[in-house]
Amino acid sequence: MATQPILSVEGISLSFGGLKVLSEVSFQVNPGEIFAIIGPNGAGKTSILNCIGGFYRPSAGRIFFGGEDITRTSPDRRAARGLARTFQNIALFRGMTVLDNIKLGAHAHLRTGLLSALMYWGPAHREEMALRERVEHEVIDFLEIEPIRKQAVGSLAYGLQKRVELARALAMEPKVLLMDEPVAGMNAEETEDMARFVLDIKEERDVTIVLIEHDMNVIMDISDRVMVVNFGQKIAEGTPDEVQHHPEVIKAYLGEKKG
Amino acid sequence: MRMGDFKQTYAADEAVFRSGTVRFWLVVLLLALAAFPFMVGPYLLYMANLTGVAIIAAVGLNILTGAAGQISLGHAAFVGIGAYTSAILTTKLGLPFLVCLPLSGLSAAFFGIIVGAPSMRMKGLYLCIATLAAQVIFDFIFVHWTSVTGGIRGINVPSAELFGYKLDTEFKMYFVTIPIMIAAITAARNLFRTRVGRAFIAIRDRDISAELMGINLFQYKLYAFAASSFYAGVAGCLQVYLLRIVTPEHFPLHESIRYLAMIIVGGLGSVLGSIFGAIFMTMVPEALQSGLAMFQGMDDKLMSYLFPLQTVVFGLLIVAFLVFEPHGLAEMWRRVKNYFRLWPFEH
Ligand SMILES: Nc1ncnc2c1ncn2[C@@H]1O[C@H](COP(=O)(O)OP(=O)(O)OP(=O)(O)O)[C@@H](O)[C@H]1O
Ligand SMILES: [Mg+2]
Repeated sequence: MATQPILSVEGISLSFGGLKVLSEVSFQVNPGEIFAIIGPNGAGKTSILNCIGGFYRPSAGRIFFGGEDITRTSPDRRAARGLARTFQNIALFRGMTVLDNIKLGAHAHLRTGLLSALMYWGPAHREEMALRERVEHEVIDFLEIEPIRKQAVGSLAYGLQKRVELARALAMEPKVLLMDEPVAGMNAEETEDMARFVLDIKEERDVTIVLIEHDMNVIMDISDRVMVVNFGQKIAEGTPDEVQHHPEVIKAYLGEKKG
Repeated sequence: MRMGDFKQTYAADEAVFRSGTVRFWLVVLLLALAAFPFMVGPYLLYMANLTGVAIIAAVGLNILTGAAGQISLGHAAFVGIGAYTSAILTTKLGLPFLVCLPLSGLSAAFFGIIVGAPSMRMKGLYLCIATLAAQVIFDFIFVHWTSVTGGIRGINVPSAELFGYKLDTEFKMYFVTIPIMIAAITAARNLFRTRVGRAFIAIRDRDISAELMGINLFQYKLYAFAASSFYAGVAGCLQVYLLRIVTPEHFPLHESIRYLAMIIVGGLGSVLGSIFGAIFMTMVPEALQSGLAMFQGMDDKLMSYLFPLQTVVFGLLIVAFLVFEPHGLAEMWRRVKNYFRLWPFEH
């Protein structure tokens, strides 16, 4: 691909106290692809997403998003520029309904300030109505969650909560979607639904996806390229097929799992 | 899903008062509020006015503490700032009521933003202590900056004037207090229909993912402090014109705690809950007082035991709510409503 990468991570390192969590991890994600990150438990996968999202500050290295250096940008500004995220341990706002959680995703695209919010005249009212329409058509319909939109998220089954989290991320209208173990803990049917949604998002919405997953079937089925990390280091990168047969990977990851 | 009132459009679904029934009862309530002053004496009107002021203050605190999750032990101080602002502006500069009202809100909001600034670095208990410090400092200023605040003797204030019309009775003040209260409630309801209100709740529920959602935590915490103390300042202004005097005794720490108790008893994060809580916490002490008055004339020894009982009952109520009904009166009300929606058909 001749195009410029949409996301480029250059030699990031991260440690907590004496514990080195990431050492000089570099990779590039091309526009429109599904890029998977795999590796054993504690390898540092979530930490990589946290660095990209701005929740962790790497001690070295730089991160470029759409060609711009975002290494020092605050998490909320990164989100506003088009980085969305779903979490390994669901991080929905439990005091709110499904609908409000999804609307929250659109926060950075809305303009209403404190004063007009209190008045709720003209622009604020129109903005909320337009938001509701958009969220209904582009997110709720798409993810097939119409029946639960008024329910409190806390009362939903685990698989549905994961779907609502994806809905909230989609409402952010992201350019890049970071997904941390989207099918973990799901049954076969839920997993299949989720995999289909991820593929649809990539194909219909022009969204680039960075995905962490332990489920190898899902990885093999949907990802374009895979990066393998172990002990905070990148040990391989390539197509799912290449990676699966990479000797280092079999030794470090697949081998360990089977053995 | 309720089949009774299926929403045709998203706009109708987004409306605050969704069904005809709700709108009907709202009109009934407004009419009752309008008729009330013509049917009762000055004491009950005085109580109604004080309750109206408490509701405004409680709605404000619930924005900050209930919705945005930033516990404040300094709310009474902000009411005090509003009260002193009004008192000083009227007596020293002769500014009219209608000018003092927004200025009181704004000056309280200004100090609210200053007190809220540490919230960038502090959370939970630490922030709570910072607001407690603010309470103590402002209390100190009210008492000791005698040349401006009149010290412990306070400032006497002439009655408010509106378009040349003197608001010198409880009856007349009622028609100012209650509309302002309704406006304050409406504004708070509006707030929670927009991105700003949602951002507050997001910060309370999970501040880290709120930030990853594009919410600037510091900006929104300051918004919450500003809005909350603006409400407090407006309440303070009204209180001054009701009592015609302001002294430091009106804004001690336990008044701040009383505001917290209002929103806990009423329901954290619920506008309706702030209303219930403010009514409850204004009425119950009165009821206890008149209950005790029945024992008046009995021997003094007994009275000396009964009097502190008031505080005990008060404390027990708060604890009981925290333990048995953490979502407060608002949640009890919701259950009663649900029961009657299906009534008389059993489910
Ligand atoms: N905030 C933190 N403080 C201290 N140590 C941390 C922190 N976050 C992560 N770590 C450590 O960094 C290492 C990598 O964690 P990370 O969550 O990135 O792994 P992971 O690859 O996502 O694992 P899993 O597959 O179990 O989700 C672990 O040893 C973890 O204990
Ligand atoms: Mg992880």
